[in-house]
Amino acid sequence: MNVPEDLKYAETHEWLRIEGNEGTVGITDHAQAELTDIVYVEVPKVGTKVEAKATIAVVESVKAASDIYSPVSGEVTEVNTALDADPALVNTDPFGAGWIFKLKLADSAAASGLLDAAAYAAKIG
Amino acid sequence: MSDSSNSENLQRTPLFDEHVRAGAKLIGFGGWEMPVFYTSIIDEHQTVRNAAGVFDISHMGQVTISGPDAEAFLNRVLTNNISKLAPGQGQYTILPNENGGVIDDLIAYRTGSDAYFLVINASMIAEDVAWLESETEGDVTLENKSDDFAGLAVQGPASVALLEAFLGGNLPPRNGIADFSVRGTTITAARTGYTGEDGAELFLPAADGPRIWNELLDFGKSYGLKPCGLGARDTLRLEMCYPLNGSDLGPEITPIEAGLGFFVDLNKGDFIGRDVLARQKAEGAPRKLAPFRMAAKSPPPRSHYPVLAGGETVGETCSGGLSPSLGTGIGMAYLPLAVAVPGTAIEIDIRGKKFPAVVEKKPLYKKPKP
Repeated sequence: MNVPEDLKYAETHEWLRIEGNEGTVGITDHAQAELTDIVYVEVPKVGTKVEAKATIAVVESVKAASDIYSPVSGEVTEVNTALDADPALVNTDPFGAGWIFKLKLADSAAASGLLDAAAYAAKIG
Repeated sequence: MSDSSNSENLQRTPLFDEHVRAGAKLIGFGGWEMPVFYTSIIDEHQTVRNAAGVFDISHMGQVTISGPDAEAFLNRVLTNNISKLAPGQGQYTILPNENGGVIDDLIAYRTGSDAYFLVINASMIAEDVAWLESETEGDVTLENKSDDFAGLAVQGPASVALLEAFLGGNLPPRNGIADFSVRGTTITAARTGYTGEDGAELFLPAADGPRIWNELLDFGKSYGLKPCGLGARDTLRLEMCYPLNGSDLGPEITPIEAGLGFFVDLNKGDFIGRDVLARQKAEGAPRKLAPFRMAAKSPPPRSHYPVLAGGETVGETCSGGLSPSLGTGIGMAYLPLAVAVPGTAIEIDIRGKKFPAVVEKKPLYKKPKP
């Protein structure tokens, strides 16, 4: 299972890429493999303020709807509109074209509570 | 996302190790640890619609009923008319409670002049058997054989040719049942299913299950046969509007409300729940199970979403999901009779947003004519 070194991970299988004071969030390769067949992604509205660990998006597979939690607190600045036409991008490129939203970090040290790649890889075994 | 629940206290079928070996994703279903998919639900769904798929249905229950009074007993506890069956024939039927509500839906086969074979839902085995035992009258022998059998449902357009070659004989006609002494065991083949495709459900001694499963998969390769999980089983049956007990049926729901009046015979004499069912058939039930499909792009509808008509909440969804064949969300809901009319515009409230849908006729999916 692919677990990129440069990302931070939530226990709930979201990843966070930090660039300056902005973060990009998606779900991990492990998560998309568990869900398979993603058919709908409900993205948040730009401007939404969100607390860490709060529900921010919904990923729907054929089988079930799964809540996506924001790994950190912040304000949503951009959402991946390409998922509207092609939600399967989350399956095919979970760490790239399948990103879900970007947010302005409320706290530059916010990611300190998240897992690094090694810890996340150990968690998913 | 949340991790799926753990597998404690779940029962396993004789084919469990085969599923693990095949890399299946496992889930809890009706108290059983079952494969939800091997590759993907959509892929397995299309395999059944276009070629053939095999499902482990060993979790389902089997009960044998025999004796001189078995026919009268079954006519008193089931809604359909068991006397219509000749040996080798089966029928879909309902096990009702005193209020006409559904304890379980099942298929009853006549296997001899005084012998019957019931195939019941996995989650209901203990309850069904306890109910049937408590209602037994006269010279009737009832045996719960649920642990004795492995079950394989082979479904899809290629399945009949595949199975007739595999079993070395002709399958019985639709709803029929026949035994095949073949491949070192006895395989009971019933021409039934839960997908809307032709095929058969095979029941065989549990100990032979893994071997026959593997022989069948090997034999079926050239027919396009693949193992399929409960995820595809659910999308296939929902496209056909076949109800799932626990989602679409329950003790507070009658077969008349569920649109299963065809399987309730009011002319066969008295049976449990008959009064309520006769009244509903004559006067109409207050609500009816209505299939619907989403009329615009939306998340797939799931269970327990509010259903609105004319801006008012009129019910909630029971089964729902994405139809891989249609590419849209579909579902079923109990709705007032005036709303449960094909063509009626409704709305489904999905996480606080209303999405347009339309009441449809069943089945929601019809095979294109070749």
